[in-house]
Amino acid sequence: MSELTQVSTPPAYGQAVDAAVSSPPGRRRRRSGSPWGAAALAVLGVAGIAVGVAALRGANGWLQLAVIVAGLGLAYAGVGRLLRRRFGAGFDLMSWLCAGWLVLLVLAALLAPVLPLGEHQDLASTLDAPVFARPDLFSEYPLGTNNFGLDLLSRVLHGARASLIVALGAVAIGLVVGAALGIVSGFFRKATDAVIGVLTNSLLAVPPLILLIALATVLDPSLRNLAFALALLALPSVVRIARASTMTFVQREFVLAARAMGASRMRVMTRELLPNVMLPLLSYAMVMISVLIVAEASLSFLGLGIQPPDPSWGNMIAEGEGDAFEQHPHIVLVPGLVLFLTVFSLNLLGEKARKRFDPRQAKL
Amino acid sequence: MSSTSAVLQERSTEPGAPVLVVDDLRTQIHTPRGDVQAVDGISFTLGRGETLGIVGESGSGKSVLGRTIMGLYTTGPTMTITGRVLIAGKDVHALSTTALRDLWGGDVGMVFQDPMTALNPVKKVGVHLTESLRKHRGMNRAQAAAHAAELLNLVGIPEPRRRLDQYPHELSGGMRQRVVIAMALANEPALLIADEPTTALDVTVQKQILDLLERLQDELGMAIMLISHNLGVVAGRADRVAVMYAGRVAETADAATLFDVPHHPYTEALLEAIPRLHQPPHVRLAAIDGAPPNMIAPPVGCRFAPRCRYAQPDCTAAPPVLDAALVRGVADPRHSFACYHPVNAGGQ
Repeated sequence: MSELTQVSTPPAYGQAVDAAVSSPPGRRRRRSGSPWGAAALAVLGVAGIAVGVAALRGANGWLQLAVIVAGLGLAYAGVGRLLRRRFGAGFDLMSWLCAGWLVLLVLAALLAPVLPLGEHQDLASTLDAPVFARPDLFSEYPLGTNNFGLDLLSRVLHGARASLIVALGAVAIGLVVGAALGIVSGFFRKATDAVIGVLTNSLLAVPPLILLIALATVLDPSLRNLAFALALLALPSVVRIARASTMTFVQREFVLAARAMGASRMRVMTRELLPNVMLPLLSYAMVMISVLIVAEASLSFLGLGIQPPDPSWGNMIAEGEGDAFEQHPHIVLVPGLVLFLTVFSLNLLGEKARKRFDPRQAKL
Repeated sequence: MSSTSAVLQERSTEPGAPVLVVDDLRTQIHTPRGDVQAVDGISFTLGRGETLGIVGESGSGKSVLGRTIMGLYTTGPTMTITGRVLIAGKDVHALSTTALRDLWGGDVGMVFQDPMTALNPVKKVGVHLTESLRKHRGMNRAQAAAHAAELLNLVGIPEPRRRLDQYPHELSGGMRQRVVIAMALANEPALLIADEPTTALDVTVQKQILDLLERLQDELGMAIMLISHNLGVVAGRADRVAVMYAGRVAETADAATLFDVPHHPYTEALLEAIPRLHQPPHVRLAAIDGAPPNMIAPPVGCRFAPRCRYAQPDCTAAPPVLDAALVRGVADPRHSFACYHPVNAGGQ
């Protein structure tokens, strides 16, 4: 029985379970292990985080980080196991954490102007603030400050506003224009299809970074222009997906049935095809948002996107140039970690959505 | 169904005027490999309350005929259509696109083969039904919803109000086909074109759907064009039957006559190929040898000749024309066939 338990627990956490679980083997369940073991794991993890945040304030920063990360890992394993016992083996804690992170980020970004945050932009008001302050949750600057004494937490959240507005705007533009072009070209085929095909293929033929740099040199780097430039990146693939799924749906009898009921072509496209085409497009959009967040960060990193002192995740990472990253790693780690978590969450959820609405599995 | 007459008032067409007139209709489909004469000179008329069964094997042009009559196929780069189709007195192929859209779903309804694909998976049943009511009759949302519920009731769907809020995948195949029929009937068409309405359904549901169509025809007096590859489906339901082969009518007659005294060898062969319950087990079905002709280069003369057991040299010389059958020396205007060497002709 105890051997079975060891076999069925995930290998990465197997040892931790053995160390933490002290209850007799007979009380163990085959799949999820003892609730006490999982609870102990969770408590241990939370304790690790607390120690890292509070007790190691003065210690080496890397050690502090390592303890916090280890604590998070243990807590994740323990809580995951507890929740799987409660809600069944299908419970996916990672997805919930990702969704939670995105909700938290969006709310914080929306409320950033009214939250009691430090200064994010005005250099004049931070003349007496500490420069390169270390992240310390109990201080005035929870995630530290940069070389001008601007608060990193505040900058990250204001940067999130820029990143999210640009990425969401670009995806929205790409989705509307791309779906329209794709449906029209898949519906009418022939010359329309050929023209739209040439346009999308030429967009695909230009290397994306070069296209962005070229656009950035002509347009001024405002949020709106950035969104338009990034929309051009999203456009070709949206057109292709919309066109391909239009072509499969247009063969279905319900399109013929709609025509036989007297529906106009416009109506067939908007009422019959659009709702069907939208499903695969929306799940693709999730992934596209994360790609465009990275693209915007890259542009800002290169100095072609949002201009400092306005914060953006890209230009915050760029502040680590030179010696700053070596001596004050949090300058890069804070925006980098936020960027990583956001992109990771979007990809994970987007992949889940894609599996659900995969056009190849969409049979009825 | 007492509510029916209240819901669907009688259509005022002058009696005797045929609902559908098809005159020498030809549909030529242009493909990269050559032109296909899918419908090749078909003529018939269909009156109020009449049912015409169109039978033939796959690829004989039944569905193309149905869609050409409907006006869903028009002359263009991929197709050439000649001949005339009059539905309720309107020349379908001379109508403007807008006028056609008023005709579709108004004067003529269509029932499709596969109820699994004939309904849009992301639209509720109610939306399917109300859209055309609002377009053709200018009803508001509430009126259309009430009428849609009555339509569902008419086609025998219990709890119609609840069904309106359901998506197609929540209904069974038979239920969905009932919804498709309700859609086609929404505006009391004068003509209903049913293209293999029961092919995708299992046998017991097939019977229900056919009974339903028959009942609705009695109540609404519409003409039905029942397209099927299944002689059994057509047998009890159609007043007249036209047997199609390779785009042409091989034989047409009143249903009873056609099944009793088929004159065309193809009709005879089709009838023989029907499996019967009292046949001894493990006996080969009497199939028709060979395959339907390549329609890009159809055989000269009678198109059935290469597969016909009575074929003579003159069959391949010129195509036989559709001629009235003789009953005791008198021409029967309701029975005609296209064959030089008819079967069962001597006994009459």
